[in-house]
Formats: sequence, structure tokens, C-alpha cells
Amino acid sequence: MSVSIGVLGLQGDVAENIVAARTALGTLGIKGTVKQVKTPDEISALDGLIIPGGESTMMGQMSLVNGALKVIKEKIQSGMPVFGICAGLILLSKNAKDRVVGKMDQPLLNLLDVRVERNSFGRQKDSFEAEISADSIGIPKTKGVFIRAPSIEDMGKDVQVVSKFNEKVVAVKQGNILAVSFHPELTHDVSMHKHFIGMIKPKK
Amino acid sequence: MIPLSGNLDSAKGKVSEKVGPSSITRGTSTLKRGFAHMLKNGVVMDVTTVEQAVIAEEAGAVSVMVLDKLPSDVRKAGGVARTASIRVIEEIMDAVTIPVMAKCRIGHVYEAKVLEEANVDMIDESEVLTPADELRHIWKWDYTTPFVNGARSLAEALRRIEEGAAMIRTKGEPGTGNVAEAITHIKKVNEELRLIKSIYDSGDNQDLIRMAREFKVSFELVEQTAKLGRLPVVNFAAGGIATPADAAYLMSLGCDGIFVGSGIFKADDAKERARAVVLATTFWEDADKVKEAQRMIDERQSMLGLDVKNLELKMQERGTA
Repeated sequence: MSVSIGVLGLQGDVAENIVAARTALGTLGIKGTVKQVKTPDEISALDGLIIPGGESTMMGQMSLVNGALKVIKEKIQSGMPVFGICAGLILLSKNAKDRVVGKMDQPLLNLLDVRVERNSFGRQKDSFEAEISADSIGIPKTKGVFIRAPSIEDMGKDVQVVSKFNEKVVAVKQGNILAVSFHPELTHDVSMHKHFIGMIKPKK
Repeated sequence: MIPLSGNLDSAKGKVSEKVGPSSITRGTSTLKRGFAHMLKNGVVMDVTTVEQAVIAEEAGAVSVMVLDKLPSDVRKAGGVARTASIRVIEEIMDAVTIPVMAKCRIGHVYEAKVLEEANVDMIDESEVLTPADELRHIWKWDYTTPFVNGARSLAEALRRIEEGAAMIRTKGEPGTGNVAEAITHIKKVNEELRLIKSIYDSGDNQDLIRMAREFKVSFELVEQTAKLGRLPVVNFAAGGIATPADAAYLMSLGCDGIFVGSGIFKADDAKERARAVVLATTFWEDADKVKEAQRMIDERQSMLGLDVKNLELKMQERGTA
């Protein structure tokens, strides 16, 4: 078997996620490909999708323009595992508001039953690195790189908390959706990417 | 992948503290350079008002750069160009969710400190403003806020990175609507990168040291860059970009993203043009999509533009030391 993983490549830290996912595949000993994807056709062929860090407003609008947003939504609804990072978490959510600006009118996938607070820890100067844990998915310790990071304020009953930092929820799981507010792809630890790949069911 | 290493142990901008029960660190290279990585493949737009900032955000800009005047107006006005009004910067930060950048004068340590206190997301130490120190740039390692700097050559780029810049952009020739200089600068940087990479691959360290002396930077930085075959930070295009096709061309030359200065808000079709430049930057590999973007604008409404040969003031010649 071989898995086909895509990183949504409209904008943001796409290359870093490709490297992290390839490294994760290698350490797991799983055969597969990881590539940048932009078009509905490319996305249709995937077994798993990573939505990387970047600007969620931009990614939402551009994926709306070329029809990628609709295909991503259908694929996730039909069971394809997805890993949303920072902007990806925002894009997956049902509801997002900015800490300062307030309610946002931005295109969202409307799948992950959470309310996200954008820029939850402040502006860039407040961005930080800290040790975090995600025990429920077997990651006792990892470095959290939080860059103008969002957090999860409120969530539905089907959402499982994966990690918290100082009482703020920073990683969650809901069925085939894994979403984090920090950037594992900017560290050398690929355990989050490994967990995501583990969510992809092998094709017969 | 672009490495995020390059920490300086003596960097004063790196701050460790306790927040509640947790220890955190701010201002590391990973955070500063990582911030720039999040902007990749995006468009940063120069704005002077809240209205322009909102148009930029709605068009899909990844960040806005706040100025007192657009570069072409700086050129016309003459006199001394300084950092923008703090009140305008604050109004814009309260109005948009995307990151907000602002420019300070080259070498003006206190304009930079003021911008850091104002909490802008990135500081552009920019040749568009009148330099405050012709000899020395700001020592950017001492700030928690990341910096972007302009460069016309690999030597200039590496000198700025050694001073702590977390991001580089071409200088181009700002406020001209003429993309020729930006193209020249990125091609020169690419050519010089190929040269040092070939020296690195040949294993001739003595020649690499000669390059380091010529560039006036450390051997380690030249070696790291040569090994990578690209700048160790994100590298954007800037200076004179006016149309979607300009943006797409610069992306095809290996730029990580685009800064548009006067090109959008000096045009009469700013709203459509902002959107069109974002589309062309996102889908630059697809010529048909770039055509669609180019179709959204009207050339009769582009800024007139200036021939670089006839300019009295070349902003790109500022802050080259």
C-alpha cells in the first residue's frame, strides 16, 4: 500500500509541512507521497490533507475562487483525515472571531465543532515557544511554537481536547480531523505528523 | 526547507519568562523567521489609511504595511520621510486581523523601538524613508519584533541577515511602478547564490572565505547559505510592482512572495487590482489564471510609472553599507 498526502499549497509554510510529513512517513516505514496541492483535481486524489500555517483569510478566499474549498469539504465529510495547523485550524472551524477585531466574515469549512479565537495570545511580539504535551495521543512532551496563534474557546461534545496551554485549548480531535494552534512543522519533532498519518486508513 | 536556526546567544530580543505555571521564550529566531514563513506565497500591501487596509485584507493580502505616504508620493514630496503616525498604525491594527507591518528609517533605533512598543508585527527598516544613519543599520537581534530589510545583492542581503533580519526583500526602485530594478536585483541575488553554491560544491574553502571577505560577512553565514543554495530566510520581491503579471513574473524567478507599494493604491482600480495581484501571486504557475487576473485590471488605470534612468533620487542606493 501507499498513501497519498497533500499539503494545501495556496499560501503559508507548505514546504516545511512537506518535509515534516515525509520524515514522518520515513520513520513510520510507510510508503507514500507528499506533495503540494492547489486544484480540486489534485485534492480529489488524496488520502490525507494537511492545511498549513499562513493567513486563514487569504486561504479561505483563494480556495473559494478555484473551487478547492468545496472539494476539501466533501472529502473530509466522506472520511478523509485532515490535519489543520494554525490557519488550518481556523479554516476547519465552524466559528471564528478575532480577539480584537471581533466577529469575522471569512470563508470557513464549517466542519470542526469549535469556536476559535484568532490571535488569542496577542500579536507577533507575544508569539512564544513553550513545552506542551498531548498525552491522549501518546505525545508526552513536545515543543509548541505559537506564532500569532489562535486558541479554542468553546467546543461541541464530539470534540476531544488533545492539548492545553495555561488553560487555553490548543489542540483538538474530532473524528478524522486533527487541529492544532501551534507549528510542529517548525520543530524537529514529527510526532504530530506521525499521529496524523496514523489516522489515514490503508487502502486495500 | 528554509532553516530556522541562526540564533545569536547575546540577542537581547530573546526573552524568557514565566507565564502562569509555564516557562516561555519570545523573540527566538524560530519565532521571527517562522512568522515570515507564514507569509510565503502571499502579498503584502502598502497602505496609508484604515479604508485601504480593509480593502487589502478583503482582497486576500497576507499583511499590510503602514506608511505615512505611498512611496510615489514620498518621491514627489521630497523632504524627510519618517515613520508613520502611531495613531494611524493603531487604528489599522484594530481594524484588520492580518499582521500589520510598519517602516522605520534605516539606522533609526528609536523609531524601531517605538514601533516595537506599538506592537506592530514586523518592522521594515526601509530605504523608502530618509536614512537616519548612512553607515550602520539597526542591530536587529536586540528586538523581539522581527525585521525585514531590502537588498540589491547577495552581499547586502547577508549583511542584513547577520544584523538579525528575519526576512529579506529586493529593493527594486520604490514608487516608480517600474518592475525592472526588482527583476535585476532578484536575478543578481540568484546568480550570486549559484556562484557560491558551486564554490561550496567544489570544496574550495579558501575561495568561500574570499567571498565572505568580499561580502563583508562571516564565513559561517556564507557557508550556510552556499550549502543551502538559497537565502537562509524568506525572500520577497518589492519595488515597482504594479500589475498581476509583474507579480507572477517575480514569483517565477524564485521569490517567496510579493510586496506591492504604490502599484495598488496609486491605480484608479485599487480594489480589483488588489484582488488580481493576489490571484496572480497564488496561481503564478498557471498562465491562464494570470491572464484572468490581468483581465481584472485596466492598463489605462495603472499608475503611469517612471523610467529609472531619469530619476533624481534612487532610493535603492540608500543603506547599502
